Amino acid sequence: MNPTDLVERAYLRDDVPEFRPGDTLKVHVRVIEGNRERIQVFQGAVIRRQGSGARETFSVRKVSFGVGVERTFPVHSPVIAKIERVTEGDVRRAKLYYLRDRVGKAAKIKERRAAR
Amino acid sequence: MATKAIVGEKVGMTQIFDAEQRAVPVTVVKVAPVRVVQVKTPEREGYSALQVTYGVKKAAALGKPEAGHFTKAGVEPGRRLVELRLDSTDGYAVGQEIDAGLLAAGELVDVTAISKGKGFAGGMKRHNFSGQGGGHGNHKKHRAPGSIGACATPARVFKGTRMAGHLGAARVTTLNLEVVEADAERQLVLVKGAVPGPNGGLVVLRQAVKGGK
Repeated sequence: MNPTDLVERAYLRDDVPEFRPGDTLKVHVRVIEGNRERIQVFQGAVIRRQGSGARETFSVRKVSFGVGVERTFPVHSPVIAKIERVTEGDVRRAKLYYLRDRVGKAAKIKERRAAR
Repeated sequence: MATKAIVGEKVGMTQIFDAEQRAVPVTVVKVAPVRVVQVKTPEREGYSALQVTYGVKKAAALGKPEAGHFTKAGVEPGRRLVELRLDSTDGYAVGQEIDAGLLAAGELVDVTAISKGKGFAGGMKRHNFSGQGGGHGNHKKHRAPGSIGACATPARVFKGTRMAGHLGAARVTTLNLEVVEADAERQLVLVKGAVPGPNGGLVVLRQAVKGGK
């Protein structure tokens, strides 16, 4: 336990689902435009999860109109309205940076079989 | 000068989320409730300050002069004595306790501590020198400071020329840090941004003396 955990505890979210690198997520992001708030969905593969406690972050990569887009979110950020896990990926690495160099079918992540 | 000050221990850094859902980097300072041992006044000592102590120290570990000082004040001996310079010591009395309730969120504070010691450091780390090139024939002089003066005139190196030497482990004050949260119940103060010194080190928080709107 870190000495700063006591402070962080109040800011941790308890509604974060289990997910790991390789999974495909739908991240529902709160976007504030003027005084209106709406939800934007960012769907893609988790390529990294790092840090711990309130400082933990994860990165989601998607390919949008042929351009790779990566967004990094703090896991416990209040900006995230909801995280939905779409698929579970079967990967052998914790950091999936190799996906950046791949396009098309090569960039596909195998799906994890439930029974092992 | 400050009108209020307090002593604490740096716990470490983390981040919290503010009302606008932004991450704010904060340093957690555990405030040691301090006891006033002596009130210094302009009439007697020539300046106004509070001499305070915190924590506990075994009676056997006290020297006789120290023990006598605490006995005279009628205060339980603490780990060490810290002087807090203030504008005025009105309203403070010997034996009084001061805790984290002194500060409130939104206030600006100056934080003083002994910075981390870096040992004997070169010019690049110590004075932000640029160093020299990595290539073009440079040989074993990549982090060297370069010229430190001219030739036969003045035929010496000027005093105060910035060179390699001891860095850190000095008293450093960081000005105008915002108090994000002051928790009197848990004796914690969250200060926005970094604070000098190692985790576990002693820090003094005082009300900001410069600037601040």
